[in-house]
Amino acid sequence: MKRMTKLLSVLTAGALFAGVLSGCGGGSGEKKAASGGDTIKIGGLLEMTGGSASFGISSKNGVDLAFKDINAKGGVNGKKLELVVADDKSEASEAANGMQKLISQDKVVAIIGPNQSSAVIASGAIANSAKIAQITPMGTNPDVTVDPSTKKTKEYSFRACFIDPFQGTVMANFAAKDLKVTKAAILIDNSSDYSKGLAAFFKETFVKLNGSIVAEEAFLQKDTDFKSTLTKIKAANPDIIYVPAYYQEVGLIVKQAREIGYEGVMVGGDGWDSSKLPEIAGKEALNKTYFSSPYSPDDISDINKAFVTAYEKDYKSKPDVFAALAYDSALLVAKAIEDAKSTEPAKIAAAMAKISGFKGVSGDVTFNEQHNPIKSAVIIEHVNGAQIFKTKVNP
Amino acid sequence: MESFLSQFFQQLINGISLGSIYALIALGYTMIYGIIKLINFAHGDIYMLGAYFGFFTTTQLRLSFIPAIILAMVCAALTGIIIERVAYKPMRNAPRIAILITAIGVSFFLEYTMILLVSPQPRTFPAVFTPVVYKIGSLVVNSQQIVILASAVILMAVLTFIVNKTKVGKAMRAVSFDTDAARLMGINIDRVISTTFALGSALAAAGGVLVGVYYNSIDPLMGMMPGLKAFVAAVLGGIGIIPGAMMGGLILGVVEAMISGFISSTLRDAAAFGILILILLYKPSGLLGKNIREKV
Repeated sequence: MKRMTKLLSVLTAGALFAGVLSGCGGGSGEKKAASGGDTIKIGGLLEMTGGSASFGISSKNGVDLAFKDINAKGGVNGKKLELVVADDKSEASEAANGMQKLISQDKVVAIIGPNQSSAVIASGAIANSAKIAQITPMGTNPDVTVDPSTKKTKEYSFRACFIDPFQGTVMANFAAKDLKVTKAAILIDNSSDYSKGLAAFFKETFVKLNGSIVAEEAFLQKDTDFKSTLTKIKAANPDIIYVPAYYQEVGLIVKQAREIGYEGVMVGGDGWDSSKLPEIAGKEALNKTYFSSPYSPDDISDINKAFVTAYEKDYKSKPDVFAALAYDSALLVAKAIEDAKSTEPAKIAAAMAKISGFKGVSGDVTFNEQHNPIKSAVIIEHVNGAQIFKTKVNP
Repeated sequence: MESFLSQFFQQLINGISLGSIYALIALGYTMIYGIIKLINFAHGDIYMLGAYFGFFTTTQLRLSFIPAIILAMVCAALTGIIIERVAYKPMRNAPRIAILITAIGVSFFLEYTMILLVSPQPRTFPAVFTPVVYKIGSLVVNSQQIVILASAVILMAVLTFIVNKTKVGKAMRAVSFDTDAARLMGINIDRVISTTFALGSALAAAGGVLVGVYYNSIDPLMGMMPGLKAFVAAVLGGIGIIPGAMMGGLILGVVEAMISGFISSTLRDAAAFGILILILLYKPSGLLGKNIREKV
């Protein structure tokens, strides 16, 4: 036993010493990056693995494509952009770790991602205290850019997409006016800020439009059996079920809802946007489902057409919303660095806040006081497993 | 009232199909505990491995459902034997807590090895047969639910037969009752333990394949929650007692379905683990367990 303790203490001392050494290494690296190498490091804090991995992978493709375009044109202020990726494993706690690593070890000057609101909020706290701009392609919860307790805008948090109220509101409008339904049920992912945000605004608008909410149920991320909950919802006889959640659970929910004999409409938010959804739910089960999204590859603007062509050439598939908004996020970061004429993180953030009339593939971006862009939304319908552009809704 | 009744029976159907999967996993827990007094926390991961074996046999070898599930069970049985030989056998005389920690280590090893090998992205299980929906009055039963229940019942019957009517089963019961005495009677303990791991793992794998077919989506961490739930089921029925595991699994499935159907879906997991606490407080030996004083 005594020998064990001795061994342990030696090991601990060794580990500490190694820590000190690596700390030094990091320090000298910082000097190198700051004292004018010819690349600018941008962090990509993305969901490369875990339940929402397809978000992160698409986003990385989008950012890679944007950086490739920018670097081909000579870079920003004469320097090339370099993406350093950290994996947040689709978890908020890992996002905070990844952010810490990007800032202290990799010395990035700005961060793109993550996409899940909970993860953005967790990692955003670190970015704000380190005074480094973070832009999320798809973090739609209001709290991402505004501190919920003080109602103050978080100085270093930005987003390329619109916020939850808008998505929930758009879907409630679409349900009440276009689909002409009056009884809705809501099924929320209780472990996600995104889900709760969308649901709250859907409910508010839908009730205002004389609809009624006949059932409200919840589940947790990674659940696989929804039949009991769906049986209960079905007994309340809704015309429509609103499921603002992410595709892995949504796929199972849609599949099981059809299996217990629910034949009505199901709708959701942009968390549904994944090529995996038809595989998990089944193509037929997905008929009569719609979701709101900030982007459709079928959009007819020139900049979008060019983007879609380039993306298809590189990745042999159509870009999804995560790729498109990550592409826009990357361009926004590049523009902020260009405007700031500096790689100092604080100046980049200040320049980003002033961006207006920026033309992105997902629409024009002007940041308002809360660092939210004001832009349009699209409603997408599933028809035999394919995503069909249904309608566009302006703010 | 009628709608209440129809909902009640619908939830009963949902609960039984969920519960029969818990029961299949719980059987492995209970058998292994019965033999070497080890709570094999890696058991949920064997179930995950089984689902992946099923996935590969159906997608790569293009087997149909029954050959695929049998092959997956065989592969998982071999994995179970290897795990026992490599990880648990050297610990046979170590304190129980050490083996328990080893089991947790094996669990992590399996989970993260699979993440490395097959990537953490969930995979969609191919549709091995087209689901047919049967409607009886207002009740809806899915052909997959029937397949799950039927497979579970057949496997449990086979297991009961093996344990009660064969020589191997007799040896297993003997070892479970008194290992030393069994050894003195000339029973090859190591072989019996291997057989137990093989049987338990095969059942878990069957559960994994059934879940893959039923829910259509598998991932390397899918074994965590069902593993814990099956542990609750095994304790509920009385750990070490085979009919107890079946009963515990079914009760747990039905309770979960009823809780989410009539109270709140968010309370479901709380109820499952609440049961564990209650049973440990009031009847630690489980519903079918007898109060036997441990020999000192």
